Amino acid sequence: MKFVDEFRDRGIAQRIVKKIKEFDSFKVNLMEVCGTHTMVIFKQGLKGMLPENVNLLSGPGCPVCVTSQEDIDKVIALAKNRDVIITTFGDMVRVPGTDSSLEKEKGNGADIRVVYSPNESLRIVRENPAKKVVFLAIGFETTSPLIAASLLDARKEKIENFYIFSSHKLIPPAMEALLESKEVKIDGFICPGHVSVTIGSDAYRFIAHKYSIPCVITGFEPLDVLHSIYMLLKQIKEKRAEVEIQYFRAVRPEGNRIAQELISEVFEVSDVRWRGLGIIPKSGLRLKGEFSDLDAEKEFRPKTRKSKENPDCVCGEVLRGVKRPTQCKLYRRICTPEEPYGPCMVSSEGTCAAYYKYG
Amino acid sequence: MCLAIPARILKIEGNLAQVDMAGVKREADVRMVSNVRVGEYVLIHAGFAIEKIEEKDAEETLRLLREIA
Amino acid sequence: MQPITNMVEKIEDSAKKILLAHGSGGKLTHQLIRGFVKKFGNLPLAKLDDSAVLSFKGKLAFTTDSYVVDPIYFPGGDIGKLAVNGTVNDLAMVGARPLYLSVSAIIEEGFSLVELERIVDSMERAARAAGVEIVAGDTKVVEKGGVDKIFINTSGIGLIDSEVDISSKNAQVGDGIILSGTIGDHGIAILSAREKFDFQTKVKSDSQPLNGVVSEILEVSKKVHTLRDPTRGGLATALNEIAEQSRVGIEIEQDKIPVKEEVKGVCEMLGFDPLYIANEGKLVAFVPGRDCAKILNVMRKNRYGRDAQIIGTVVNRHRSRVVVKTSVGGERIVDMLTGEQLPRIC
Repeated sequence: MKFVDEFRDRGIAQRIVKKIKEFDSFKVNLMEVCGTHTMVIFKQGLKGMLPENVNLLSGPGCPVCVTSQEDIDKVIALAKNRDVIITTFGDMVRVPGTDSSLEKEKGNGADIRVVYSPNESLRIVRENPAKKVVFLAIGFETTSPLIAASLLDARKEKIENFYIFSSHKLIPPAMEALLESKEVKIDGFICPGHVSVTIGSDAYRFIAHKYSIPCVITGFEPLDVLHSIYMLLKQIKEKRAEVEIQYFRAVRPEGNRIAQELISEVFEVSDVRWRGLGIIPKSGLRLKGEFSDLDAEKEFRPKTRKSKENPDCVCGEVLRGVKRPTQCKLYRRICTPEEPYGPCMVSSEGTCAAYYKYG
Repeated sequence: MCLAIPARILKIEGNLAQVDMAGVKREADVRMVSNVRVGEYVLIHAGFAIEKIEEKDAEETLRLLREIA
Repeated sequence: MQPITNMVEKIEDSAKKILLAHGSGGKLTHQLIRGFVKKFGNLPLAKLDDSAVLSFKGKLAFTTDSYVVDPIYFPGGDIGKLAVNGTVNDLAMVGARPLYLSVSAIIEEGFSLVELERIVDSMERAARAAGVEIVAGDTKVVEKGGVDKIFINTSGIGLIDSEVDISSKNAQVGDGIILSGTIGDHGIAILSAREKFDFQTKVKSDSQPLNGVVSEILEVSKKVHTLRDPTRGGLATALNEIAEQSRVGIEIEQDKIPVKEEVKGVCEMLGFDPLYIANEGKLVAFVPGRDCAKILNVMRKNRYGRDAQIIGTVVNRHRSRVVVKTSVGGERIVDMLTGEQLPRIC
């Protein structure tokens, strides 16, 4: 596959690892923010190739994992409404809420459909004029422009039975919250490549300037990740703190202007709750006033009882890089992909899922 | 989900393009990539093209990779 | 397009559908059965007794499988072809020469007779290609909604040579692991045929009979330890089952595993891993190390083993676990399929 195979070359990989091993005079914690990076690292066995002084931490870049228990319970409540068709990306279906899950509700007769694109959702809307179709808008800046585009299309077509449950979140504020909490020493960030396609490298400048921490915007092939680790180590050794773009074949410093405009046309920034990180100011997106008629929460007012997370589930700490899944009491013993207790084990980008499947 | 795959543009009609990913053909919305032309490569995420991939940049990246080692 | 000939007497075009009466045991049932018998054309079946009477001597293999694949037609085959090849292959995987099959169909009221004939024709062709006879059968008809169009069960018997001892428990340290061809084809072909997936691909199901390849392998070496056709759960699940049952470690190389470019493309697009996707015409063979090259050669000479590759070895380490060496040279565990399966893939 073009643009894929070349970036999996074993010879180059081994030579970069050799170079990485030359940085042996200091120990570092590098955090890969994005869940997809966690998966690449595990799937390609990169951890085992790195020397001991380079420690990789998984961050909160898994959109399903950081969705709060309340939001999950609200979505499940929405599904119980027999007039509603829930359309969602696959991961959400098995996430356990306080009492139930979308999967369980499907067994009870709820109409829940997995889609791969918001366009599919619009297709379902057009085919079901008598029903109300809700799209679970969960994702970071890679995905929010697409949702915005679909909402604008719905508006143009004067579609009246389409809603979204907005749970979009923003990556840079979460990175700042991690740094402010000072829980874990982070010496460098492997920054999410596709989020950065939208927001550009400028969005991370404050991390380099305010916190003096190097950032490298990284692609998703194994050579990209190894390349970035090398670039981070080089910055650390040379006592630099800059934002570099390793993934420059797709990411520009200013990002994608059209995508940014789509987002700002439909959404505005708000304070939202993240699982494991609490409420982070200006870290989420909600629909602007003129689009509030498309807001599923406003339309349906889903009622939930008190949302509770399982007290033994440490997804929150895993998301902050404070604990590894192996340090969770439930991991593997009780919490498995077949019977997950938290979203980190369910999501295709979840850290616990990665450890379980590939570790 | 940050999954985005490189695909080649086969045909463009307004906002929609027919793209080819390793022989698999599908439709993608290209409104976010301005001035994209048939034969060029884009990154597809959830049915939308989110950015162009410049071949010369990919080659440059590989060149840098080979230089390090 | 075959003309509708012998399935039923002349009926109005619009009425050429399976009726509940076809399952009631009366005249229509007999018409249907006679249609099947004529298609499958063999002596035991033609007797129309309650059971087929067969005789042979030796170690018997006996297997059964049901097919509920959705959709019933897909690139590369249909439910009928799948049902025959699936059971033929299950017999071949224990080193048996498949001889006789039974077919049992549960049909939804309203199912088109033309389509039924098409499926029966497909089964006849598949049986002929595999060199087996369909000697017993049953049909039931249920009300609309009772089943989804048609479900088929096939059972099969075959003979095993006394020197042959093939089992999932027999893999040994030092064995080479040979995969007969590309993985992921069947699952992706099914996916692409389902309406909800809006991509087009030329990938075809790999449903094919493997008894020919297996008998050719056994001709050059009776010391084959394990054979498995990786269907639901894919190659990863099959290898894990063998590792567990034989209590051995398995190491495979990602880059040696043949995968068609288009299959890779769809998998990347949808976030699937070819290692976990169903196959219907592939086998993985565990053979003594020194026989590997010889057996690989034999497999590649057979049309169903052209793309065969040695993909790994059986080791003394990490017993019961499967480890893969990744494209870039890292290592990681390959687990069994957990969580969601693609529904009704076979």
